[in-house]
Amino acid sequence: MSKKTFIGLCFVPLAILVAAFFVLPMARLVVTGASGHDGLRTYAAILLDPRYRATLINTILLATATTLATLVISTISGLFLQRHHFPGRAVLIAMLTFPLAFPGVVVGFMIILLAGRQGLIGDVTLRLLGDKQVFAYSLQGLFLGYLYFSIPRVILTIMAAVEKLDPSLEEAARALGAGPWRVVRDVVLPALAPAFIASGAIAFATAMGAFGTAFTLATDIDVLPMLIYTEFTLSANFAVAAALSVGLGLVTWAILALARSFGGNTVAAAG
Amino acid sequence: MSGNDKTNGHGVALRVHACAKTFADGTRALEPVTLDVARGETVVLLGPSGCGKTTLLRIIAGLETPDAGGRILFNEADVTRVPIERRNVGMVFQSYALFPNMNVSDNIGYGLKIRGVSEAERKARIAELVALTGIAGLEHRRVDQLSGGQRQRVALARAVAARPSVLLLDEPLTALDAALRERLRGELNRLLRTLGITAIYVTHDQAEAMALGDRIVVMRRGAIAQVGTPRDIYFAPANRFVAEFVGAANILEAECNAGVLLLPGGRLALANDAAAAALNGHANGRIFAMIRPESIRIIAPDGAALTGEVDSVSFVGDRQRAAIGGVAGKPIMVDVPNSTPIKAGDRVGLSVDPGDIRVLAGDTA
Repeated sequence: MSKKTFIGLCFVPLAILVAAFFVLPMARLVVTGASGHDGLRTYAAILLDPRYRATLINTILLATATTLATLVISTISGLFLQRHHFPGRAVLIAMLTFPLAFPGVVVGFMIILLAGRQGLIGDVTLRLLGDKQVFAYSLQGLFLGYLYFSIPRVILTIMAAVEKLDPSLEEAARALGAGPWRVVRDVVLPALAPAFIASGAIAFATAMGAFGTAFTLATDIDVLPMLIYTEFTLSANFAVAAALSVGLGLVTWAILALARSFGGNTVAAAG
Repeated sequence: MSGNDKTNGHGVALRVHACAKTFADGTRALEPVTLDVARGETVVLLGPSGCGKTTLLRIIAGLETPDAGGRILFNEADVTRVPIERRNVGMVFQSYALFPNMNVSDNIGYGLKIRGVSEAERKARIAELVALTGIAGLEHRRVDQLSGGQRQRVALARAVAARPSVLLLDEPLTALDAALRERLRGELNRLLRTLGITAIYVTHDQAEAMALGDRIVVMRRGAIAQVGTPRDIYFAPANRFVAEFVGAANILEAECNAGVLLLPGGRLALANDAAAAALNGHANGRIFAMIRPESIRIIAPDGAALTGEVDSVSFVGDRQRAAIGGVAGKPIMVDVPNSTPIKAGDRVGLSVDPGDIRVLAGDTA
């Protein structure tokens, strides 16, 4: 057996796996999407049908907002936690990363406990303002749940990146006259950009596809995974469900691909 | 600041007054150190790792604050409480510390940009500096496209661009390979003279210190062991530590009697002042004498006052270095010209000019 043949054979298990669990189901999904009585027009409906389009935009906006908020919060806390040592720091980090262990349903449940009809915020606002604030079942509730879900994933990546920052870079900037904010803007944030892109892409993809939290909370909001679920189970509308799935996959994949190409450049520049 | 002359003849007289540093964990990194640096002078802080040289540099820079009582003065103005970003210092780091998100000219111009210098003026200054540091043509390169030597030049240009009061260099050549290090050392020397800037240069490499310093501050265990010109440090080390750290040195521990060293291999006469130094406080007794390997000559053993046997000879290029046993407690190093035939096992006589023997003050090990 030549070396080339051997190497080729080594790829066989991977090829089988990819074919069985990725290519075939994806192909089937794409075909199903076009199998309804509208044919290929089902795909166009994702953008043309007002309800589907609104849901798609809603989902993208929610995922974007979640990603940005997560990055802001995680960057500030990550920088602080990596650079200051204080009693209870380890406990705080453990608590911040604790939600990693929760499924979406539990996160949704916690949001209900916080901002639901019997929730803490409702109680407090009722007593203070005489008006019960309930937002668990709205877009804000979902946003809060996704935030809670995303922060641990992002904060660990950012803390690792902060740890790797060369402290002399900041010292060099300060020696050249840069004040604290300027150092953050010109040195720290650009150096962390690859971490932002990598972890931000994960946060975005997670928020795009998260189902458990949405299922627990989303009684009066439409996000794409919920829409797919209702089309699939309640309306038995397989074609639309499949087309929406493909759409969701494409958007998420495109964002990840964009982040990767962009991140690749940034990483090279930081080398 | 004198912005009027193009060659940047600027810089301040620097005074370090009783600066000590104790870290939060109680480690004493620096004993109270006082040091005066003249305007335009290059002072090298030399010492092994952990001697406090970098801590002292960081205190001068404003990256560390000295313990209570310590003060840093730039031209008599107390800057001890002034943070580094308002101290107007230039810093060059061992790791280069170039900003990876900026190209070469943006790196060099960063300090000027912060000071609000107009773009036209910035461009002119950058052009002047790339020419001075020999990196013209690389202005638009990303820093990851530069070699180590080029990076260090960019770092240097960046540090002096805004005409700092003091230029601080922390082991700037250590990360480079030997040949490049030597070449850049020469260029750096020329540049420091051209700029006429007050500079503090930290290194553990004594050859670098000799080549660059107007004066050298030898440090040890957080304190100054000796301050002097490179020649002072080399020929008149204050103590055994300096003698051994700077250059190669034979330290002979021997009985001294009436101006003569009594060694296992014979007798060695001291010069009058060395003898006086030996007797001062020691009377007759054991003293430490230092002889550089190049001050010892090999002569015929017959009739020589000092004799020994060659242990080993190693060829070092421009000369050979022999270890001679039986002269003192341990083998002594002697530099022998390549023209002198010598091999292990030879019996040799040694001759030393009494003026080349230096009696060291006590053993401060």
